[in-house]
Amino acid sequence: MNPFTNHTGLVVPLDRANVDTDQIIPKQFLKRIERTGFGKFLFFDWRYLADGKANADFILNQPRYRGASILVAGKNFGCGSSREHAPWALAEYGIRAVIAPSFADIFANNCFKNGMLPVTLPESTVGEIMQRTQENEGYKLTLDLNNQTIVDEIGLSVNFQVSAFQRYCLLEGLDDIGLTLRHEDSIKAYEATRKN
Amino acid sequence: MTLFEKLWQAHIVREAQNEPTLLYIDLHLIHEVTSPQAFDGLREAGRRVRRPDLTFGTADHNVPTTDRSLPIADAIAAKQIETLRNNCAEFGIQLFDINSPEQGIVHVIGPELGLTQPGMTIVCGDSHTSTHGAFGALAFGIGTSEVEHVLATQCLPQNKARTMKVQTSGRLPEGVTAKDLALAIIGKIGTDGATGYVIEYAGDAVRGLTMEGRMTLCNMSIEAGARAGMVAADETTFAYMQGRRFAPKGEAWDAALKYWKTLRSDDDAVFDKVVEIDASSLEPFVTWGTNPGMVVPVSSCVPDPSDAKTLADRQAAERALEYMALSPRTNIQDIAIDRAFIGSCTNARIEDLRAAARVVKGYHINSSVSALVVPGSYDVKKEAEREGLDRIFSEAGFEWREPGCSMCLGMNPDILEPGERCASTSNRNFEGRQGRGGRTHLVSPMMAAAAAIKGHFTDVRNWEFK
Repeated sequence: MNPFTNHTGLVVPLDRANVDTDQIIPKQFLKRIERTGFGKFLFFDWRYLADGKANADFILNQPRYRGASILVAGKNFGCGSSREHAPWALAEYGIRAVIAPSFADIFANNCFKNGMLPVTLPESTVGEIMQRTQENEGYKLTLDLNNQTIVDEIGLSVNFQVSAFQRYCLLEGLDDIGLTLRHEDSIKAYEATRKN
Repeated sequence: MTLFEKLWQAHIVREAQNEPTLLYIDLHLIHEVTSPQAFDGLREAGRRVRRPDLTFGTADHNVPTTDRSLPIADAIAAKQIETLRNNCAEFGIQLFDINSPEQGIVHVIGPELGLTQPGMTIVCGDSHTSTHGAFGALAFGIGTSEVEHVLATQCLPQNKARTMKVQTSGRLPEGVTAKDLALAIIGKIGTDGATGYVIEYAGDAVRGLTMEGRMTLCNMSIEAGARAGMVAADETTFAYMQGRRFAPKGEAWDAALKYWKTLRSDDDAVFDKVVEIDASSLEPFVTWGTNPGMVVPVSSCVPDPSDAKTLADRQAAERALEYMALSPRTNIQDIAIDRAFIGSCTNARIEDLRAAARVVKGYHINSSVSALVVPGSYDVKKEAEREGLDRIFSEAGFEWREPGCSMCLGMNPDILEPGERCASTSNRNFEGRQGRGGRTHLVSPMMAAAAAIKGHFTDVRNWEFK
């Protein structure tokens, strides 16, 4: 898994709450058996009109946000289905981190498994970042996972919380399964207590 | 201790400070959509499935609900289903494949087969895995990387959730179902009201539910953001379990029963949060918006966004009304529908079909409506046919289909056309969920049946049964 240590990138503001994983990656794209190829389908029904043309009104399509790698969104981001295709699509599109006042559990967990950082910040701080993004063309943030800080170039400096273990795994790019298999003895010991 | 705490403690493989706890998984259910990449990962890392005997698969999301003797027209879907078949064969996993008599929606067949049992930890790459919590199990959805993790290790690292008790008082009135109770709870606490919590449903109304009713209730837990939902096991649970194909038998049954009887929260158990619901005051519910929390009783009307408490809520409501093509303060019972869908892991079991058939009997669907009934499994389908429910539905103009997830998420050809409005017994009304531009209203099976007949939503409590 790709480690995440720090990242500086263009910010794109998705000013909506309860963005669900059906929006992030609609169901017709879940038929793929590969882990790749989802980036071009990210937010498909919002990015494209019914006739297939790009929806100029959608934030990701606006020229000033091309190349954005940090998504800022409203509360409960990633709610709904457990589809890991959602962070796959975001990551392949180029998003390295998502900042929101809250995340749905399964989605946040899936992000960590894919080297993506979900950052939870108070609603007021998220609002502040959204505003700065909208008011300053080319607005960037620098996320430092080691120090758990976020700064911009115009005076913003905030700390964020993240579980120590998830932070460690993300910094080191550790393989979860490999970590668990290190405890083979414990697994065997548990299995010995079972009837089957 | 709470039931959750008891289940948690019983499955600890390893605990360490500042690390998630490693839990053992008793039952791993897989389906065609979230498993292909997991098996690829196993192959790439040269790993085997640790416990193929605790792993069971079915094809449900992508399968057509029409004639299954024909090859699947969608080549990509066909490939995905074939991939599951090949992976299960390669790794020695039992698969209830598309034409097997046990096939059906994964959260319908698990309990039917007696695979789902009290006291278990159960996972599946699907968020509605919470369904199995109805048996007093710790059951939750996982992503594909975690599916791979469980395949390889039969364990899962988990951060402990907080506990929420939903305490019901009174009994559900006639015509008000487990689905309505679930919608009422989500309406009350919101789509993120239980994020970070495991819900235990308690109280008379819950005790009074059948196993299928409890499954509907637990199924919808994820729509409130919960990690899992559960109902403590009791005589209703044990009666359901007895004799099921994979349920313990003989001495093993006696031993299991003894253990299962301990699986309830202690009387002095403390929950992190308690939410109270007076079940006796509930009505049938209907969603009006684009998430399950945007829901109101059938006797009321579409809310006015300007009544919203915050600007964000107001904007969300405005956007939802625009997508759903609804005006503020429209009476729910004045909303006409184009389609009706009775199906999904939420409401496609035999009792759901019986309830809907009771409403439908003697009537015909409205000329402006087309309607589908998709039984949750072949077992449900066969039983329904034995009881003549299929004839009741067909004579009324419903299409009677083969089992699968179908129009809940429209991965197969059962989808809404843009702008079509559907009364659906499924679990999500997100934008485009049932088809791009499709407008979903979540309701109970009785309410979907009644709406199909009237051509608009109606209060099924006043229904004239024939």
